[in-house]
Amino acid sequence: MKMGTRKALVKAFVTVLMTMFSIVMIVPFLWMISASFKPENQIFTFPIQWIPETPTLQNYNMVFNSDVPFMTFFWNSIKVSVLSVAGEVITSALAAYAFSKIKFTGRNLIFLIYLSTLAFPIQMMLIPRFVIFRLLGIYNTHMALILPSMFTAFGTFLLKQFFDTIPDELCESAKIDGAGHFSIFLRIICPLCMAAFSALIIFQFVGSWNDYEQPLVFIREKRLATIPLGLDYFKTENATNYGALMAGSCCSLIPIFTVFLIFQKQFVAGIATAGMKE
Amino acid sequence: MNSTKLRRGKSLARRRENIAGWLFIGLNFLGYIAFKLAPLVFAGVLSFTKWNFTSGMKNIKWVGLKNYMDMFKDEAFLTSLMNTIVYSLIMVPVAIFLALIFAVILDKYVYGKGVLRLAFYLPYISSMIAVSLVWMILFLPTNGPVNQILTSLGVENPPRWFNGSSTSLLSMAIVGVWQRLGYNIIIVLAGLQGISASLYEASDIDGANVVQKFLYITIPSLSSTLFFLTMISFINSFQVFTPVKVITQGGPGYSSSVLVYYIYQKAFQYSELGYASALSWVLFALVFVFSFSRMIVDYMGSVKQRKGGTK
Repeated sequence: MKMGTRKALVKAFVTVLMTMFSIVMIVPFLWMISASFKPENQIFTFPIQWIPETPTLQNYNMVFNSDVPFMTFFWNSIKVSVLSVAGEVITSALAAYAFSKIKFTGRNLIFLIYLSTLAFPIQMMLIPRFVIFRLLGIYNTHMALILPSMFTAFGTFLLKQFFDTIPDELCESAKIDGAGHFSIFLRIICPLCMAAFSALIIFQFVGSWNDYEQPLVFIREKRLATIPLGLDYFKTENATNYGALMAGSCCSLIPIFTVFLIFQKQFVAGIATAGMKE
Repeated sequence: MNSTKLRRGKSLARRRENIAGWLFIGLNFLGYIAFKLAPLVFAGVLSFTKWNFTSGMKNIKWVGLKNYMDMFKDEAFLTSLMNTIVYSLIMVPVAIFLALIFAVILDKYVYGKGVLRLAFYLPYISSMIAVSLVWMILFLPTNGPVNQILTSLGVENPPRWFNGSSTSLLSMAIVGVWQRLGYNIIIVLAGLQGISASLYEASDIDGANVVQKFLYITIPSLSSTLFFLTMISFINSFQVFTPVKVITQGGPGYSSSVLVYYIYQKAFQYSELGYASALSWVLFALVFVFSFSRMIVDYMGSVKQRKGGTK
């Protein structure tokens, strides 16, 4: 009994300590929110006023009513991320099924090629893709962001590893019942691998949503910018208007934070699953 | 006669499998060739040329190994490479060490762990550019909140953070740790769930204290998780770009310039696509060392497992 109370006390103490650390982690966000509602001359008053003395929406006004409003970036981001991830899931799932469940000539060779290119960082692709996209005429279009994300070795690998865990006997017995590969894929494999799909979707969605490098290199027009690139433009135009910058940052984080808070469990599980296979 | 029929049936089935296989993989494979394989080959070829993109396709000049020789005389490149390595050597161990401690505590020793974890995850899912802007302002040397606090605490010459050539890279590392911590904690927490509770129960009976349990059970049980985390963290930190581009543009001087930022500048600000391509193979070499060792360890692990399974 005494032991139990001591343990509880220690736990309470550790909780207080960790609460302090976690506050340190989110202080930058709190400061961002607070500054975004402050007029220019109050941002750096010290001691820090967490609740603005004379709150203003001026900064948000700049974000939503600039020459290319924030909502444009938001819709661009939705379009690019949704199409990229949907495309990737479909092509990866089909390819993963072929690698895992169909014995066809050339399978091992192709698999080896996929394997050997896994290690190439995305930045290696920026220069050659830049040239190729200009030749193909998709430079400065959303296709330049969507197309390359649709065909990844990573997605194929991740899903293949899950498909491999489904016993071949299950597919064989379906085959005897007259099912073709496509119906085995659709009716047996896919329903059993929902966790893998959700992991891939979440992991790649976060990556695609936050991607800054590819839009930076492949998009040149502000009206086509996704949120991170839009924020970059906004920064160039309002270099030292710190309140406006914080309002922009705030708006850029709201969508992903909202989705994260709703699907927190799936997010963490998805990142743990897909992250381990990265 | 029966056997030829059987053989014919078999070869028909085989052909069907081949067609099915290629149909399933076809879409992905074509896209993969167009958007990954072809660009990679192109990046290889480009690295042996001198080409200013703006001068048009005709003016690609073959220069052999010149780009690869030149880079060793390129002070700015060597500085950027060095900075990348220093940044990684600071950021990776700190982020893993903190994640290990925090994850163990968040796993068992606190109330309300769900809410507390959230605070650590938020930076990780944030876009780097948004949080870079926040840190840029927090760390402003004269009126930034961090230095205002330091000054009020009696620090006479607070660091100039991103604006000082001796502190800019360190400041980058602070932002890097802060942002990456959440991911590391997720991975360590996942690893912790794999440790059997009976190990801890046995050590309880032996009267082990918290520190002993941590050192003799937790750490050894997490060895493969920690190895994975170290490799993936280095691979990731070698690719640091966004905060440098957004906050310091590599400055002051070249004090915070990193490899990817330098490649970006060479390629897209100076249009030296050939030279920049050669530099990008240096990035690959760095990354490859780590991804290759990871593959080897993974492979040996799976061989061991298979051997263990047949026993």
